[in-house]
Amino acid sequence: MSHDLSALFDPRGIIITGVSNHPGKFGFVTLHNLLVSGYEGGIFPVGREPGEVLGREVHGSIDDVPAGAADMIFICTPQAINEELLRAAAAKGVTAAFVAAAGYREAGPDGVEAERRLVALADELGIAVAGPNGQGVVSTPSKMCAQIVAPYAPAGRIAVASQSGNFVSSFLNLARHTGVGISRAVAAGNAAVLGIADYVEWFADDPETSVCLVYMESVDDGRAMFDRLRAVAARKPVVVVKGGASDDGARAAASHTGALASDDAVFDGMCRQAGLIRARDVEEAFEAAATLATQPLPGGDRVVVVTTVGGWGVAAVDAMSDTRLTATPLPDDLYAAIDEKLPPRWSKNNPIDMAGGETRDTVPEILEVAAAHPDVDAVLFLGLGIQSNTAAMMREGEFYPDHGLERIVDFHERQDARYAEAAAEISERTGTPVLLATELATARPDNAGPAAARAAGRLCHSSAGRAIRSLALMGRYAQWRRARGL
Amino acid sequence: MTTTLSEAESRRVVARHGVPVSPFVTGATTDEVFAAIEADPTIEFPVVAKLCGRAIAHKTERGLVRLRLTDHEALRAACDELLAAARADDGPVELLVSSMIAGNRELIAGLNDDPQFGLTVMLGVGGILAEAIRDVVFRLVPITEIDAAEMIDDLATQRLLGEFRAEPAVDRAALVDAIVALARVGELEPGVRSADLNPLILVDGRPVAVDALLEIDPTDDAEAAR
Repeated sequence: MSHDLSALFDPRGIIITGVSNHPGKFGFVTLHNLLVSGYEGGIFPVGREPGEVLGREVHGSIDDVPAGAADMIFICTPQAINEELLRAAAAKGVTAAFVAAAGYREAGPDGVEAERRLVALADELGIAVAGPNGQGVVSTPSKMCAQIVAPYAPAGRIAVASQSGNFVSSFLNLARHTGVGISRAVAAGNAAVLGIADYVEWFADDPETSVCLVYMESVDDGRAMFDRLRAVAARKPVVVVKGGASDDGARAAASHTGALASDDAVFDGMCRQAGLIRARDVEEAFEAAATLATQPLPGGDRVVVVTTVGGWGVAAVDAMSDTRLTATPLPDDLYAAIDEKLPPRWSKNNPIDMAGGETRDTVPEILEVAAAHPDVDAVLFLGLGIQSNTAAMMREGEFYPDHGLERIVDFHERQDARYAEAAAEISERTGTPVLLATELATARPDNAGPAAARAAGRLCHSSAGRAIRSLALMGRYAQWRRARGL
Repeated sequence: MTTTLSEAESRRVVARHGVPVSPFVTGATTDEVFAAIEADPTIEFPVVAKLCGRAIAHKTERGLVRLRLTDHEALRAACDELLAAARADDGPVELLVSSMIAGNRELIAGLNDDPQFGLTVMLGVGGILAEAIRDVVFRLVPITEIDAAEMIDDLATQRLLGEFRAEPAVDRAALVDAIVALARVGELEPGVRSADLNPLILVDGRPVAVDALLEIDPTDDAEAAR
């Protein structure tokens, strides 16, 4: 059964409990984060001491909140009083709760009992309860950062559900860094009522979301999760990264098959069968999700690599060797089209090494003819930002802006920005993914190339290998869909 | 508690669901075995003879497997010896005689009851190095033919599946059928907890199981009624 979580992700108004003037307390931080993120719904801080916090009136009791004004409650108060607060909130029309408070299952036998009562109460009151013992919930369409910690992220189309609050932060940080934004993010905490599958099922229907990104450690009911996530994967890509993957927990197995089974191998097979896109680590998971959120799905495994110079193309082809991707031989007509645009010293094969022979319009033109070709399923451009990097040294040096440096610096930076914009525009128009990679994405994020990609909400990978890995994961998902006629 | 069926019982069950096993006959006596061979033209010499029983766990260690029996005389002597080697605590036993199967490449396939995901079907690179290589892939039962084809694609050792020492490439359709049939055993056969097809030898590219062991839970109602 899927839950309606719209009050959790797009509440009309939020009651925050445990709000005081102490800026180190979770209640204060949550109120602060909500205000700073620009949340425009009603905010109703509740605390023991009436007065003002951050310019907002603090209510002494939920009874003071106008009925129907809030449909979500964010709970930062100690476990012992939360049942009472939930009843009071329900009486005011609240239908969703995020319980950040700890003191539940993770806290020993008394906590286990408290969590059991929380589940029963959620059921009785008809409240969708997230947590307890969770970090919070973020929803950019509602400009809502309801979290007991940072950060907030730019708006985008990736929805995160995580069994670890820290990894919600990790994904949000990566979203800030890359510019590829988030639609929703939620930490499942103890997942007493709502679990990963509940969130992801809601994301599947969420028009603000095009990719689901999941961090998980434990699987309670693997079979049910498989069925539910498989149904979501048929509709939207689901990227999964699993902690504890190296645990090949010794199991007593009578059979040879059992002896060869490990938690990880079985989990991996489950992912493949369900169409879940399994990433090896958090960075890879985010980059796969970011690529899926911003690029069309490839129609196959044939890749064309375009480089300005040197060994990057080799690294890209090397990275393909443990994937199904191939650097496809250039079709004759594509070869001819490229040969026309480049001086004779170009590589004459794929990777297309332009050997520094490009003129003003060459890069966008080659990306265009490659992406538009029916026998090319994806294009990777390596070398974004080189011109601007040269320009940066000029700009920072003592000779700038004289000697014609100002003009050439402007030209270089305009060119790199143009390449990034062209890559985005061409992939949208042709339906062929056009990926970008350069270490300048992290080494010099202010470089005009990566900066323009970021401004366009597009990922610029930090290496050819990482771009290829994202493309391979995306390609495998596309293949899963094609094989099943989806 | 689970029970491991004898190889003869296991073979009959998996073969009924379409798992390809090497041609075999069974009998309680040497004469029964010979009568069965008379009636079954698929049995070709040389053959292997084994003494099977639910309580016999380690046939090889006890010398209960006789390989490369080239004629009737050798087979008759082997059958008599195997029956004589049965112990009182072996419980019911029977003879199993099957054609010797030759092939250079071995896979392994099986079923396993996973604590988190329930019954799974497995395909792996087999042979004596199976546990060292651990090139294995799993899916949750039931599976489709598409899932089975993807299992084959997911094996890391793809070279083993291509043309190999004058042998043709693996017949992927036949291997898909074998995996789907094995998964069907897990799906439809009551009480199945695990299965091993080890090895699954590639003969002219087609998989043939030359051993089968099925573990069942006899407390499963349907199995108890068997």
